[in-house]
Amino acid sequence: MKSIREDVAQKGILVSDGGWGTFLVAAGLGPGECPELWNIDHPDVVRSIAKSYADAGADIVMTNSFGGSRITLEPHGLADRASELNEVAARLSREVAGETIHVLASMGPTGKLLMMGDVTEEQLYNAFAEQAIALERGGADACSVETMAALDEAAIAVRAVKENTALEVVASFTFNMHTDTGYRTMMGVSIADMAAGMLSEGADILGANCSLGPIERIEVIRDLRAAAPTIPILVHPNAGMPHRADDGCVTYPETPEMMASRVPELVKAGANIIGGCCGTGPGHIRAIVAAVRDGRRSTRKS
Amino acid sequence: MDDILQRIATCIERGKVNATSPYPPDLKGQDGAHELTKAALEMGVSPSDVLAQGLVVGMNSIGRKFSENKVFVPDLLMASKAMQAAMVHLKPFFESGEAKHRGTFIIGTVQGDLHDIGKNLVSMVMEGGGWQVIDLGVDVSTEKFLDALNAHPGSAVGLSALLTTTMVNMEKTVAAVRAQHPDTKIIVGGAPLTAEYAKKIGADAYAPDPQGALDYLVGAVA
Repeated sequence: MKSIREDVAQKGILVSDGGWGTFLVAAGLGPGECPELWNIDHPDVVRSIAKSYADAGADIVMTNSFGGSRITLEPHGLADRASELNEVAARLSREVAGETIHVLASMGPTGKLLMMGDVTEEQLYNAFAEQAIALERGGADACSVETMAALDEAAIAVRAVKENTALEVVASFTFNMHTDTGYRTMMGVSIADMAAGMLSEGADILGANCSLGPIERIEVIRDLRAAAPTIPILVHPNAGMPHRADDGCVTYPETPEMMASRVPELVKAGANIIGGCCGTGPGHIRAIVAAVRDGRRSTRKS
Repeated sequence: MDDILQRIATCIERGKVNATSPYPPDLKGQDGAHELTKAALEMGVSPSDVLAQGLVVGMNSIGRKFSENKVFVPDLLMASKAMQAAMVHLKPFFESGEAKHRGTFIIGTVQGDLHDIGKNLVSMVMEGGGWQVIDLGVDVSTEKFLDALNAHPGSAVGLSALLTTTMVNMEKTVAAVRAQHPDTKIIVGGAPLTAEYAKKIGADAYAPDPQGALDYLVGAVA
């Protein structure tokens, strides 16, 4: 199977998947329960989420392994099952993806801050290496070090994947607009510093995920493209900021049609891989797939 | 005396912990919050003045810059480290009653949510504002909040959540606190929250940042 980079080079734009957490909760994942344990206890549910995105036409499906490092699993008493939970996460998505869809394995932050001495560099490295090795063994093609805010943690994660596996690596950060300093992560990392730092560790693809309203996502991708002119860029925005409906449920304002309508601008800004984060579902991905097809058609005509 | 309190405030704001701390580089080799607080107390400055004119001034300044997006999480964390180094010297005076807190603030990340960075930042700024902070940790049940309120009557309460899937658990806790302690000030915060959401679930205030929580409570309780 081609690498994601080769596929981007050939097709220009790939569509990845949307949110996972909300679908696990809808299927009964309780508050405080470990989502990754559902890979073992409810594999049918996890597979059905991947399948909903494959059916929507995604070129890439992700895995249920965002909180799968032993550091994140530790409070659940599952640290020693890190390898097993990640391997199964990748296998479930691979079973759905077959040989035609890429499996991009999710690796989220540990929630520990190096600068506060919460964790050592060695502990971080070992935890991310263990997770990546297991994801590769389970059949992932690539992994996404995602929702990152701290440069040091993300650098260690990318290095751990590169030094221990053959997986392609996406490095994806979460940025917010700050009045004086422009787009930064909560740890103060700018888009330019993120791109330079991640490329020097060997990241193959750069990205921005979570947060990102309709305007922000365009600006962030434009800045990221300026910082890394030749690297494939992934964008996984939220479907806007969450609202509370009158029945107490949380809803997101952007409909599939609204998100899809932004696709041409995102492509123009420099995005190569487009999917979604919180609040997005198969409907959003289906609409994005259609918008990308329309874009290809109009490019051919012109 | 004013000079040393001003220097303590600067050390807190800049995150200068002690003389051996290499951070920030331009203050290398100089005394930090640890040495200066000790010296101020030995000089006979009252613990209340050290708190109000040193620590609180420094933390307020960095907290405000943080809410104005001028500094970031690492800056706030370093300031808090310096504040902790100063607080060690003040602790005996709080215990003896010679120094007094502005009030008591009970905080926790709501049930089902294990994220603690945001909650810790709020704790730091509240403590730096002169409040006693009762940190209940993460994944805190409604019952635990109620137990803490029973143990510390009259406290204000802060609820934190990072996930949209867990912020819905705030509503239940807010309702239970209201039912048993109607006068309690309740503040909510966290990445997915909005002022609109806070209002709908019956909280008194939404704090977009740690200083916002402190400012609200100072205004509401003072």
